[in-house]
Amino acid sequence: MNWLTEYVRPKIRTLFGQRDVPDNLWGQCSACQQMVFNAELDKNLRVCSHCGHHMRVKATQRLSWTFDGGKHTRIDLPKPPVDPLKFRDSKRYVDRLKDYREKTHLDDAIVVAHGTIGGHRAVVAVMSFDFMGGSMGSAVGEGIVAAAKLAVLQDAPLIVFTASGGARMQEGTISLMQMPRTVIATQMVKEKGLPFITVLTDPTTGGVTASFTMLGDIQIAEPGAEIGFAGARVIEQTVREKLPEGFQRSEYLLSHGILDLVVKRAEMNATLGRLIGLLRVKQLDAA
Amino acid sequence: MRIFLEFEKPVAELEAKIEELRRMVGDDSISVADEVAKLSEKADRQLRTIYGKLTAWQKTQVARHPDRPKASDYISALITDFTPLAGDRAFADDAAVLGGLGRFRGRSVMVLGTEKGSDTESRVKHNFGMAKPEGYRKARRLIELAGRFGIPVLCFVDTSGAYPGIDAEARGQAEAIARSIEACLGAPVPVVAAVIGEGGSGGAVALASGDAVLMLEHAVYSVISPEGCAAILWKDSAQAPAAAEAMRITAEDLKRLKLIDGIIPEPVGGAHRDPQAAIAAIAAAIDAALQPLLKLDGATLISRRRAKFLEMGREALA
Ligand SMILES: [Zn+2]
Repeated sequence: MNWLTEYVRPKIRTLFGQRDVPDNLWGQCSACQQMVFNAELDKNLRVCSHCGHHMRVKATQRLSWTFDGGKHTRIDLPKPPVDPLKFRDSKRYVDRLKDYREKTHLDDAIVVAHGTIGGHRAVVAVMSFDFMGGSMGSAVGEGIVAAAKLAVLQDAPLIVFTASGGARMQEGTISLMQMPRTVIATQMVKEKGLPFITVLTDPTTGGVTASFTMLGDIQIAEPGAEIGFAGARVIEQTVREKLPEGFQRSEYLLSHGILDLVVKRAEMNATLGRLIGLLRVKQLDAA
Repeated sequence: MRIFLEFEKPVAELEAKIEELRRMVGDDSISVADEVAKLSEKADRQLRTIYGKLTAWQKTQVARHPDRPKASDYISALITDFTPLAGDRAFADDAAVLGGLGRFRGRSVMVLGTEKGSDTESRVKHNFGMAKPEGYRKARRLIELAGRFGIPVLCFVDTSGAYPGIDAEARGQAEAIARSIEACLGAPVPVVAAVIGEGGSGGAVALASGDAVLMLEHAVYSVISPEGCAAILWKDSAQAPAAAEAMRITAEDLKRLKLIDGIIPEPVGGAHRDPQAAIAAIAAAIDAALQPLLKLDGATLISRRRAKFLEMGREALA
């Protein structure tokens, strides 16, 4: 914290009001409501310098932070049928997909790349919450399966950064079937003796949590991420009591034995690199 | 007292009339026999017509019918020597998931079922069929046990979903479900699952990631309840009928999408009208699904099962 944060920011906030702040210059932390320089935020890997809140980030940003020197190669993912059910609510699913594709410049809620982490070859899949809440339909399922196949092909560990509100309802039971499909992906990686590491980011809920995410050899979360199976509101309505402090947050899951580690974004590359090195004893011995 | 669903009203009226006639003149009086026979035939016809074209939402009602046979009904009718096995060896026994060894048509099997209960007391006892982590961990334990002894696994699935509770989350509901799916997929023995009522989301997949996934004709299998989907996408849970339709949750649609392997016909008017007929139909279907699987070795079963699931969703609905 410096003089700028102490004195200037609150003033700017009142001057501009929340809406008038040009969003290319200033951002606001959703946790502490403080204004933060966007340029500074990017330098800080979009972690609030005031409260340490780990903001949701673009999948492409995540890729460059995860690999050594940001260097990686993205792979093309299989394209399953678009809108298999011809689904329509207030809007047609095909139109929704089109809008999100334009907005995010992604095909769907997942990207896959390979490169090195701590000098070790690695395949990384990153889910994008920006794309329809990171919901898992065929495309995400195919992405996880493709990432697993690439990991096997490259004899490399698979790391998945999760971010999802749950299932892609617009794909009905097809989206539900992504649970067993992605579990099969984890089995393909594991039976080759390759590490499967999941990194849970805010938020990771529903069918994504209850399938491949919870089958990591190592399960890491970013600080303060919302993680669970059922949504907090559904739980509240069911049990009719107040949810405990910090419920369904990374630290809560860590203390309940569901995660191995909570790791800050700035330390993620180093931690992953170290873990891969420690796990891959067999490979080094053979070499 | 028979419980009628709203769309069964015409049948309910006819049956009430028949009852009334019978009451008026005593059981088998000849004077009303003709009239009763005529009305009965009409009621049958009505029922056949109504059940011949149920919407997805109506099927959801049938699947949730309080008198619909539950997992325990199928188990007690079809499994001899049933020996319940309890517990996850870590925390508790979850009564929402029934499990145990027994014999199906003379053959040793591991049986699992999500049990909703059939009256207030048993519903509470079984937590309305909503399992907690210990339930899925019991399932996983028993599937692995079956695998070690070469015993096929039969699952009866009937749940609105996994229990959404503080305790369930604290004990790792998501992990428990994931491990149960993993156990189904990794079992070196045949895994046959029948969705007998509601196949609700991850809580159902946990017991239904098998070689043969069958559905009763009026069962539904869905990623979220129609009400839940409507509340989120339509911002109005009253739009549940539209959501049910849009999500394609019926056996017929799911068979066309190749997400399930077979449909088990129900007696006219649904399984609750004639539980014995439903039980017989399920027994025949399970047997037919199981026979060819018994000829395959563990590695073949696992790789075929994987290939089946990996193929899913690659074809759109025409
Ligand atoms: Zn902050």
